[in-house]
Amino acid sequence: MTCSRRDFLKDAVGGTLATVMPLSAFTFLSTAEARTAVEESKVRWAFLVDTNKCVGCGLCVKACKNENEIPYDAEVTRTWVERYVITKDGKTHIDSPMGGRDGFTSMEVDGEEIDPDNIEKAFFVPKLCNQCDNPACVQVCPVGATYQTNDGVVLVDRDWCIGCGYCIMACPYGVRFFHPVHKVADKCNFCYHRISKGMEPACVECCSFGARRIANLKDPDDPVTKIITTERVAVLKDEYGTKPHVFYLGLDANVR
Amino acid sequence: MKWHVLRPLWVAIGLVGALLVARVFLVPDDFGVHGRNFTYGFYRLSNVQEWKDFPVKYQGREGCVECHDANVETLNASSHAPVECENCHGPGAHHPDDIESLPLDTTRQLCLRCHAYLEYPNSARGSLLSIEDKRHRRRSECIKCHNPHDPKEDMR
Repeated sequence: MTCSRRDFLKDAVGGTLATVMPLSAFTFLSTAEARTAVEESKVRWAFLVDTNKCVGCGLCVKACKNENEIPYDAEVTRTWVERYVITKDGKTHIDSPMGGRDGFTSMEVDGEEIDPDNIEKAFFVPKLCNQCDNPACVQVCPVGATYQTNDGVVLVDRDWCIGCGYCIMACPYGVRFFHPVHKVADKCNFCYHRISKGMEPACVECCSFGARRIANLKDPDDPVTKIITTERVAVLKDEYGTKPHVFYLGLDANVR
Repeated sequence: MKWHVLRPLWVAIGLVGALLVARVFLVPDDFGVHGRNFTYGFYRLSNVQEWKDFPVKYQGREGCVECHDANVETLNASSHAPVECENCHGPGAHHPDDIESLPLDTTRQLCLRCHAYLEYPNSARGSLLSIEDKRHRRRSECIKCHNPHDPKEDMR
């Protein structure tokens, strides 16, 4: 086998380029960056809703809208309360006028008068973002505007969101909406600005009945974490595999 | 061979190059994979801090008691103790700087949120003291007779 000097140099340069070029696709982390990437956060936020305690006053919805600057009279909200009235004929009547913002003050459900003697059971179910472990909304974002922080909360980058609405369609729980003022996708973030300062979310603070509570799942001494880990709790739409982190006590099979 | 057939290729390569150059200027430095993987953690890192800096509006009872200790004391001793001040008085974080900023809600509608009778026997709502809106002094505000800080007190 013969090899001219020219061919040898050509192959050497080509070979070096072929090895080095793909390497440039890797990012080299600084020591600090590598450490944060490997180290796990000491916080995993979760939520506990006790549907037995909810009376449907809607003060949580009011507080949420005020705290998070969601236009008060727009038909969008980060959290809402649903009323379920199950009648003896097996029908389920559901309503949530303005997300329950003004509470439930009449027996009428969605414009329909229901005979009290015909009611089998009736209850209220507060809903909010589930801060899933496998958030479908994050997977579909084409620009990286929505993401999961390392304490489990899913946030939306308002400067980066292009308002395409994929995430709104992807969320199986319907918690996302288009913010009418900022023109971007918006959702509940457990009041991230409050929980990161050691405060409770606005809806939790304003709930007079203890129906809403926030928990840090990684703190075994957290009283709410103890309830979630030791009592019989349920999540919404478990079959979607999103691993939701809003846990419900007393969840009825009729709740969708 | 005519090389002009290659011209569209040079244009395409030029466009890709221009995009890569534009990307350097448009994409923030802290944009990248910060979470557990590319699928869930591909974002602009400084946005987390931006959300943390979002202004707080509900300060909680601890803030109210600093000046209004008498009212908070009355409230704490009453059956309305679990009700937050700001549920009726409005979000108060800016109130110490701007006294006028509190939108106090004295409407009948506010009280009815809990106290309108709904005949739901197995719901927590059924066990609250409540009125039938259509029968109980329809035109007056509740606070004309009832003291919300101490509901047992008769103000008539």
